[in-house]
Formats: sequence, C-alpha cells, structure tokens
Amino acid sequence: MKRISLLFVFFIWLVPVGYAKGKILATPGVSTFEGSAGGGLVPWAQLAGYDSEDEYSTTGFCTRAGLKDFDLSVCGVQLGLYDRIEMSAAKQSLGVQPLGLAIEQDIWGIKTRLYGDIIYSKWPQVSFGVQHKRLQDRAVAASLGVSQFSANDYYISASKLHLAAASGYHLFWNLTLRRTAAIETGFLGFSSDAQWQPEVSAAAFLNHEFAIGMEYRTKPDELAIGESHWRDLFIAWFPNKQVNVTFAYLDFKQVAAIPQQNGWYLSLSGSF
Amino acid sequence: MSQLNQALLLSANLLKTLSSIVLVGLILSCSSQQPIPSCGENPNTLYAKLGSQAGIEKIVDGLIQAIGRDQQIFHYFREANVSHFRAGLIQHFCDIANGPCRYQGDSMQQIHTGMNISEGDFNRLVELLIEVLEQLDYDIPIQNQLIARLAPLRSQVIKI
Ligand code: HEM
Ligand code: HEM
Repeated sequence: MKRISLLFVFFIWLVPVGYAKGKILATPGVSTFEGSAGGGLVPWAQLAGYDSEDEYSTTGFCTRAGLKDFDLSVCGVQLGLYDRIEMSAAKQSLGVQPLGLAIEQDIWGIKTRLYGDIIYSKWPQVSFGVQHKRLQDRAVAASLGVSQFSANDYYISASKLHLAAASGYHLFWNLTLRRTAAIETGFLGFSSDAQWQPEVSAAAFLNHEFAIGMEYRTKPDELAIGESHWRDLFIAWFPNKQVNVTFAYLDFKQVAAIPQQNGWYLSLSGSF
Repeated sequence: MSQLNQALLLSANLLKTLSSIVLVGLILSCSSQQPIPSCGENPNTLYAKLGSQAGIEKIVDGLIQAIGRDQQIFHYFREANVSHFRAGLIQHFCDIANGPCRYQGDSMQQIHTGMNISEGDFNRLVELLIEVLEQLDYDIPIQNQLIARLAPLRSQVIKI
C-alpha cells in the first residue's frame, strides 16, 4: 500500500492538477477493483475522470471488500487524457483468512475510446483496454502447480445511457468481452490458454446523484477448482464531480474452492 | 413497430378516416405561432408536465440568469440579444415538449455556426438546465424527459 501512495503522489506531481469537469455528473462510472473505470467488477467503455475532449483528469481510489473468508484492499490511480485514453495503476491485496496470509497483485491498465459517447452518439460508446497483471505473492499459485505469474487481459466494452428510458428514468448498460487466462482474476496466477468471457452491467439513475445497478462477471475455470461467476448489486453516490462513494453487496459464490463467499464492498474515489 | 401500426391503420378503413379527422384537427388547432391555451392541452405532453407556457418561461428565465452568472459559457452570450434569445428558446422548448407552438427561428446549425461550442461547454449548459429544473422542483422523470429531447440536437450545435 505504501508503494501505491507513492505512485499516487508521483502522478499528482507529474500532472499539474487538472480541473476536468467537461463530462456530465456520474457518466465516468466508478473504479473497478482492477483499476479501470467501470462498475466495481466490470470495466466499462467509459474512461475514468471528468475530462472532455480538451481536458485531462486524475483520479485516486481505494476499495475494501469483505467476503466470508477473504478480504480485499485495493488502491489505485487513473489518468484520463482528452476523453480518449485512460491509464490506470492499482495495487490489490487479498487477505486469505484460512491461510493467514495476503496475496498482492499489481495491475497496470490502459484503455482507449474507439467510438462514440455514452449519452450522445446513436450507437453505444466502444472502448478497448488492456490490463497487465503482475502477481507479487506467488507461493499460493505455485503450490497449485501454476507457473505463470503475469499476463494481460484484453477487453472490448460497449456502453450506453438511455435518457429517460424507463418511466422517465435514465437506464445504463455495459457489455464487456474479456480475453483472459487469469485464475481467480490473477490471484492464483494464470493458465496457458486464454478464454473469452462476457461481463455485463446494468444500472438505473434514481436522480442526478444516485445510481443503482447490478453486474455479472463470468470467469473461466482453468484449474477446475470450481471457479464461480461473480455478481454484485451496487449503489453509487456522486455528490459532485470530485467525490464518489460506491457500496455493493457481493455474491461471489465460491472463491478458491471455498463456498459461500458473499459480503460487502465499499469504494471511495476522488477526481481532479 | 410504427410501420406495423400504420399497416393496421390502413387496413381498417373506419379507423383511417377517424384518425385523419383527428390529425387534421390537431394540425389546425396547433399550427399557430402563438401558444393558445385551448389548443390540444393534452395533460400527457411534456409541455403540460413542465407547467405549460408559464412553466417554460420560468425555466428559460432561470436558465438565462444561470448563464449570466456562469464563468465558463457566458462568453458565448456576450453579444446576444437577450430578449430574442429568450423568445426563441421558449418557443423551441414549447415545440420539443409537444406544446402548441412550432419553433419559427433559424435552424440550430444556423444559430450556432461560428460559435465552435466544445463538448464540455455543451454539457455545462445541460448542467445549468438541470440546476434550474432542480430549483424549480420538477420531478426527476420530467427533468430527464426534457434533457432526453435536447441531447439528440448536440451534433447540430457543437463544433460548428
Ligand atoms: C450587450 C450585452 C449585455 C450587457 C451590456 C449586459 C449588462 C449587464 C449589466 C450592466 C448588468 C448588471 C450588473 C449588476 O447588476 O451588477 C447585467 C446583469 C446580468 N446580465 Fe447582462 N448584459 C448583457 C448581456 C447579457 C446576456 C446575453 C445574458 C444572459 C444570457 C445576461 C445575463 C445577465 C444576468 C443573469 C445578470 C445578473 C442579473 C442578476 O444578478 O439578477 N446579460 N448585465
Ligand atoms: C440542444 C441544445 C441547444 C438548443 C436546443 C439551443 C437552442 C437555441 C435557440 C432556440 C436559440 C435562440 C434562437 C433565436 O434567437 O431565435 C439559441 C441561441 C443561442 N444559443 Fe443555443 N441551443 C443549444 C445549445 C447551446 C449551447 C451549448 C450554447 C453555448 C454554450 C449555445 C449558445 C447560444 C447562443 C450564444 C445563442 C444566441 C445567439 C444570438 O442571438 O446571437 N446554445 N440556441
């Protein structure tokens, strides 16, 4: 965690704090636990930060999640350039209570908007992204016979906000296709053959500041440890363009073959 | 869907006659330049939900005040004729909200050409409008419907 705060300071120093505010409130979404902008679990086609075509933005976030036998802490930073490119860095620490240890993973991400705007274009906004994952604590993965400790996830996402679509309320959806070889998102290393995995999110805006939604993220099961698909229900609050608070209920079913992993998730982020 | 509807309508002669009578009636009573309160005051239109003419005037006046106070986009309006802008925008909002007016002004492209409005400045005006609608206590679905009708016009307004 120390390194990530250093990294954050470095980012802030590198980029004289922008004053990006050209996007409409809440439209950048929140930060995923892997650092890319999105929901909590699924990277979306939107880019982090409120930068529009002639602005840049910096965002920092920290997320805590507690499952029955695991707890996850993530902090990260995102740099948004001209509503065109998003760069992200995240440091994850997964506490594994049954083993009394924590597994750390670093994720470097880049995402670029290929087409559209979630509000204004006729067709959905489409982006392409890469998450470069580096597992730092390899012992657990190695003990399962895994020998690959870093890999890239590639994904393509499409999203759209339909204004006043349901009885006057805005509706949002995102569809992501991810090419991944990660086992439990990388905490248990990576297999040698990658798979395409669909991930979906949908949300409704209760008003200008609050959105509620759900996500579903499918995962491969390369180790045949009964890896589950993950889902959540979330509520996100955007009191202004600087602050976001997201709270979620997680249902991960089974993680690393340990069943009944549901719990809570809280994420805070600040944008400049 | 609408083609299907039309096909159904066409096949039913009676319905067809009825509907054209209603249509002609609507056109006759609504084509006037000035808003006529008696004209098709359908309570389900967005126009009615916004509080008809008086409501829209309040919205536009609120928006003009907000623009006047806004550092980011006021400069576009520095040279504008406020009363002309006010009248044009009231008529335009009345029109897109299915009120009894037809916008008679210049096209969106003609008006905004040369302003080179950025995406961020467009969004700023949307935000100011939302703030005004919040201040005037409109329900969220009604606010959202007005925004939804303005959003598709963006490409006719920005970067020209
Ligand atoms: C030829 C252009 C204009 C001139 C010379 C002008 C002049 C003025 C002056 C002298 C004031 C009074 C300032 C004060 O009370 O301290 C004022 C206030 C204001 N003007 Fe203008 N103005 C112009 C155009 C506009 C336009 C285009 C808008 C909006 C679209 C606008 C919106 C306002 C607003 C909202 C105020 C503040 C009123 C209030 O505080 O209640 N003005 N203007
Ligand atoms: C969908 C969004 C918009 C709509 C529907 C719209 C509509 C209108 C209308 C109806 C008028 C009055 C025309 C007349 O005088 O008859 C007008 C004028 C004007 N609009 Fe827009 N507008 C939009 C967005 C914007 C934006 C984003 C800006 C700048 C940030 C802007 C700047 C202006 C200015 C400066 C005028 C006054 C022109 C003049 O009188 O010289 N508009 N607009």
